[in-house]
Amino acid sequence: MAKAPYRPPVQSQIGQIFDTLFLLALVLASLFAPLYLGLAGSGKTTVELSDTSWAGMKQNATMQAQWEKLGYTDGTEAKDGRQPASKLIATRFDYDFSFVELAASALVVIAYFFIVFYWSKKEYREVIDERFGNSE
Amino acid sequence: MTAETSPANGERISLLRVLGPGHVWALGVGIVLVGEYMGWNFAVGKGGAIAALIACWFAGLLYTCVAMIDSEVTSTVAAAGGQYAQAKHIVGPLMAFNVGLYLVFAYTMLEAANAITLGHLVQTVGAMAGFENTNDKPFIVLTIMFLAWLNYRGVYTTLTFSLVITAFAFVSICVLFFAVQPWSDVYIKHDQLLTGLPYGWLGVLAALHFGMWFYLGIEGTTQAAEEVRSPARALPLGTMTGIITLLIAATMTWYICSGLMPWEYLGQSVTPLFDAARLTNSTLLMVLLFIGTIFSALASANCCINDASRAWFSMGRDHYLPQVFGAVHPKYRTPYRSIVFLVPVALVFAYFAPLDRVITFSILSGLLEYTFMAFSVILFRRKWPLGTIKRGYVHPFHPLPAVMLLVLCAATYFAVFLGYGTQLIAMMVFYIVASLWFALHRYKYVRRGEQFAMPWPKPVGY
Repeated sequence: MAKAPYRPPVQSQIGQIFDTLFLLALVLASLFAPLYLGLAGSGKTTVELSDTSWAGMKQNATMQAQWEKLGYTDGTEAKDGRQPASKLIATRFDYDFSFVELAASALVVIAYFFIVFYWSKKEYREVIDERFGNSE
Repeated sequence: MTAETSPANGERISLLRVLGPGHVWALGVGIVLVGEYMGWNFAVGKGGAIAALIACWFAGLLYTCVAMIDSEVTSTVAAAGGQYAQAKHIVGPLMAFNVGLYLVFAYTMLEAANAITLGHLVQTVGAMAGFENTNDKPFIVLTIMFLAWLNYRGVYTTLTFSLVITAFAFVSICVLFFAVQPWSDVYIKHDQLLTGLPYGWLGVLAALHFGMWFYLGIEGTTQAAEEVRSPARALPLGTMTGIITLLIAATMTWYICSGLMPWEYLGQSVTPLFDAARLTNSTLLMVLLFIGTIFSALASANCCINDASRAWFSMGRDHYLPQVFGAVHPKYRTPYRSIVFLVPVALVFAYFAPLDRVITFSILSGLLEYTFMAFSVILFRRKWPLGTIKRGYVHPFHPLPAVMLLVLCAATYFAVFLGYGTQLIAMMVFYIVASLWFALHRYKYVRRGEQFAMPWPKPVGY
């Protein structure tokens, strides 16, 4: 006996509005909340510069000229409307990481793909059976 | 399955088939070219200028694999939604739902990043012109609202507009490249400005994160599948010429910027090509690159709205999302409800979030999509071996591009982890919650057999 095609329920207008609002809330909460909870950090740090002269910040004459053309100055304070380059030069990434965190992150990504592919395969078989008229 | 029933009047209305290969090129390059004008240079911040160049090449390799794989699958599965439609036919519903979300968020976040860049540039130039109190926020809102309106009114005008301004932005980079006389050391001073690898080889790997920005979005060409006159010819042609254009533009951009600016500045600049023009002391070049940056940001945001709304529309049409989103405008023949729904999402991010975080959201969604593509093409060849269905294009050396894509994706996940690890996990949490919502609630509204719309034989193994 051929399996009857699945007939989905018709979603009400209110149900559609609810799903739409849920999606909007999920998008905004899940993507935006980490920014405000400080979870979406960029891993940047500020190094201490003992000497903020151009030479002390390891900037040669060409570099110095380009910084000045771009509106920056040496030192730690703004001068004549020019911002201090030391703030940019002192900003560095901190690449120290824990192997446990790396392994946990890798596990999350791999598990996510594994589960999504596995679940999709189950659903796909149902789609193919119905589309190509498999019988039970 | 190009037709769609409009809930408003019960008529069957389809998207219009009016686009040619030039529009496909504009859609792909238009989204991405802004990546040369901003964003790629954060790779310099993560690893130094030389690391950014290596990242540019490796990301170029990654995207060449993406373009090759995409051209084969898309020339066969020519449906709005692009990779979403591919996932639906090749992998299964839950994967398709996730791929649809990757597309929507990669493009919507990119749209937000474009609006931020445009606002920042107007603010910077306003200050240079003596208007110290110029506020970027109104320009951000206006950009998103204007482009959403343009998209609402029709695809042909939207993408023709993109074609013109993308071509202008590309020519601007070429003009700047020749103006700085790369054959001499009048402007370009790599010998004085390149400082090796400040973070060592770990920095090279880390730079791969933003190296993707040189090309991110080229795969968006597939979104036009139901609106091009000849998908089997126009999609591979537009995509492959697009990636070639981007490889040339990326190399020129790196050469110009790294030869003009100290890496510490370049790595944190919001508009590096405009800054490069400033360093030439040429008002003409500054104006040209100002317009080029504005145009590239507009073109990219414009194409992003186009692509994100098509993906959202396709999911609505299949009832993966509320079916109200599957409606086509009876007069303009555009997925107008999807276009309108995504406007507040883009606005909120563009208004409140910092640029590098917004870009990372976009990159992560793209990265998840490319990982899917590597598996997908292997399944595609396995389920429908060559000769069993008509393909518009067959990519060579299979499965080498898929394996290379996977390896490069793995390296890029690690690159994102270096510095943005918490953001990676936050994004995964979002996709896991959304998947649960789909599998446990939403999927009950989806017809089963009708999801498979291609006139193909039964897949091998089923």
